[in-house]
Amino acid sequence: MNVVVLVKYVPDPQGTPRLGEDHLVVREGTDGTLDPGDEHAVEAALQVAEAHGGEVTLVSMGPDVAMSAVRKGLSMGADRGVLVTDPALRGADTLATAKVLAAAVARQRFDLVLSGVESTDGYTGTLPMAVAELLGLPSLTFARTLEVDESSVRIERQTDLGFDVLESPMPVLVSVTGAANEPRYATLKGIMSAKTKPVEQLGLADLGLAEDDVRPGQRVVAVTAAPVKGPGEIVEGDEAVARIADLLTGTTVT
Amino acid sequence: MSTVWVYAEIGPEGPEGSSLELLTKARELGDTVAAVALGPGATAAAQLLGEHGAATVFASDDPIFADAVAQPAAHALAELAGRHAPNMILFASSHESRDVAGRIQARIGASLMANATDVPSLDRAITRIFGDSSIVEVELGGPDPRLVLVRPKSFAVEPSGGTAEVVPVDVQIPDDLRVARRVERHAEAATGPKLEDAKVVVSGGRGLQDPTNFALLDRLAAEIGGAAVGATRAVVDAGWVPYSQQIGQTGKTVKPEVYVAVGISGATQHVVGMRGSKRIVAVNKDPQAPIFGLADLGVVADALSFVPKLIAELERRRGAP
Repeated sequence: MNVVVLVKYVPDPQGTPRLGEDHLVVREGTDGTLDPGDEHAVEAALQVAEAHGGEVTLVSMGPDVAMSAVRKGLSMGADRGVLVTDPALRGADTLATAKVLAAAVARQRFDLVLSGVESTDGYTGTLPMAVAELLGLPSLTFARTLEVDESSVRIERQTDLGFDVLESPMPVLVSVTGAANEPRYATLKGIMSAKTKPVEQLGLADLGLAEDDVRPGQRVVAVTAAPVKGPGEIVEGDEAVARIADLLTGTTVT
Repeated sequence: MSTVWVYAEIGPEGPEGSSLELLTKARELGDTVAAVALGPGATAAAQLLGEHGAATVFASDDPIFADAVAQPAAHALAELAGRHAPNMILFASSHESRDVAGRIQARIGASLMANATDVPSLDRAITRIFGDSSIVEVELGGPDPRLVLVRPKSFAVEPSGGTAEVVPVDVQIPDDLRVARRVERHAEAATGPKLEDAKVVVSGGRGLQDPTNFALLDRLAAEIGGAAVGATRAVVDAGWVPYSQQIGQTGKTVKPEVYVAVGISGATQHVVGMRGSKRIVAVNKDPQAPIFGLADLGVVADALSFVPKLIAELERRRGAP
C-alpha cells in the first residue's frame, strides 16, 4: 500500500513570523521546519506502511530551504521525497498550490494521500480538499482517528455534537488532526539515512504547468497593525484571589 | 446586479446560527441574496433563511447530502453556481463548509479566502493573522464566484422579515461522487451550560498538566454558578475533554462577560476564539505568556495552586455574604 503525504515547510512556529514588503511571509533566512501539523500525517503514513507494506512518499512545494522539511520527514522514516520549486511559485495562492501538489501526486503510485488539516502559518484549511477535487478523489478530512484495511479507510471526525464515523474505498485523501497520533522522533540512524534517500526536485514545466496556471488570483493589498489594547494589570497573591473573586461574583446572575 | 449566495448549514434544529450571520452580511453586499441548503431539513429551513435575507433558497432534502461526504454537496453547489452565476459565495468555517469550499475552488478556479473577519465588498476580504496582531486586506481576483469562509460571530444576526422562494435543486449526483460515506453519528452528552451562551467561561490549557487537574475547572465553574468550561485545542487533542469544549480557530468562538484562561499560553489558534470576551482574566506561571497581552487582569501563578485558592474564596463568600 503506497502512501503519499503532503508536507509543508513553515517558519519556525515558536518564532515570530513576519511579512516582507511584498506582504508575503518571509521564508528565506529564517529558521523553518516541517509544519508540526504535518508530522501527524507523516506518522499516520508510516504506521500504514508498517502494517500493510508499501512506500511512503513526501510531496512538497516551496523554495530551496523547504528541502529541510522534506529531510525531516525522511528522517522520521519516509522512503522518498518530491519537492517542487519554481520562481513562478513565489506568492502562490491556495489554488496554485493545490494545482502543483495535485500534479506532483498524480505522478506517484498511491492508494492513500495523507495531509495535515491546516498549515501552521496560513491556517486556510481547504487545501487538502482542493487537491482531492483536482485528483478526482473522495476525501475524509479532519480525522482524529484513522483505520486502514486492505481496500478502505475509516475515520472519526469531530462534530459540534460529538463525532461522525466516515468511510471510503481507496484511493482516498485523508487529512489528520493532531489527535490522530503522537509523531515519532527521528532516530540518529533515521537522520543519517535521510541524507541519502532520494528526493526528486521538479519545476513547474516538469509538471506540465505554465506560469499562467499558477498566477495568484488573490493578493494582499494592505497590512495594518491591529489596535493594541493597553497592557492589562498584573496582580499577585491574595490580592489576585480577591480581585478575581470580585469580578466573578459581580458578574454572575444566580 | 450583484448576487451573493450563502452556503447554509442545516443542523438538527434548523439552520445553524452561522448561516444567519452570513445572510445578514450578504444583504449588505449583494442586490440579490440566495441561500443553498442541502440535506434533510433543507426545505423546512427556508422560512428562517428567508426571514434573514434569502430571497431564494435552493433546497434539496435528499439524504445523500448527509449520507455521503463532501462531493455531492460540492457538485450540486458548483452546478447551481454555473447556472445562476453568483458573484460571491459565503461559507461558515465548519469542517463541512471547508470541504465544499475547497472543492469548489479547485473545480472553478476561483479565489478563496478563509478565516475572514469582514467582507467589505465583492472583491475584498479581511482577516487577522499572527495572533490577530495584524489586519490583512486581500483582493479577490479570478473568476466569479469568489469564495469566502467567515469566522464565527463576525457578524450579528438581524432578521430582515423577508420571505424566501423555495427552488428545488434538480442536480443529479453521479454514483462515483457517492463513495465516501458517513456511516455513524455519535452524540456526546454535553454537561453544563452551553459555551456560546454562558456569561462566564472558564477555560484550561496544557498548563494544567493532566486531566485530573483539569477537573479543577469544573469545580471552579460550578462554584461560580452558570459558568461553562472550555479548553484549548492541545487539551482536546490530548483527549482530556471532548471537542465540544474546544475554543479557537477550529473550535467555538465565545464572547462572554468574563473569560478566565487558566494555564493557557495564548496561541493564535486559541485567542481567535475568545478575544471578543468583554473581560479576560489570565492565570499562567510564565510571565512572558502571550495571553497576558490580552488579559485585563493577569496573575503570574501556578494554576494548580491558584485555582483551589480561588475556589475556596468563592465558597467562603457564598457562605458569608
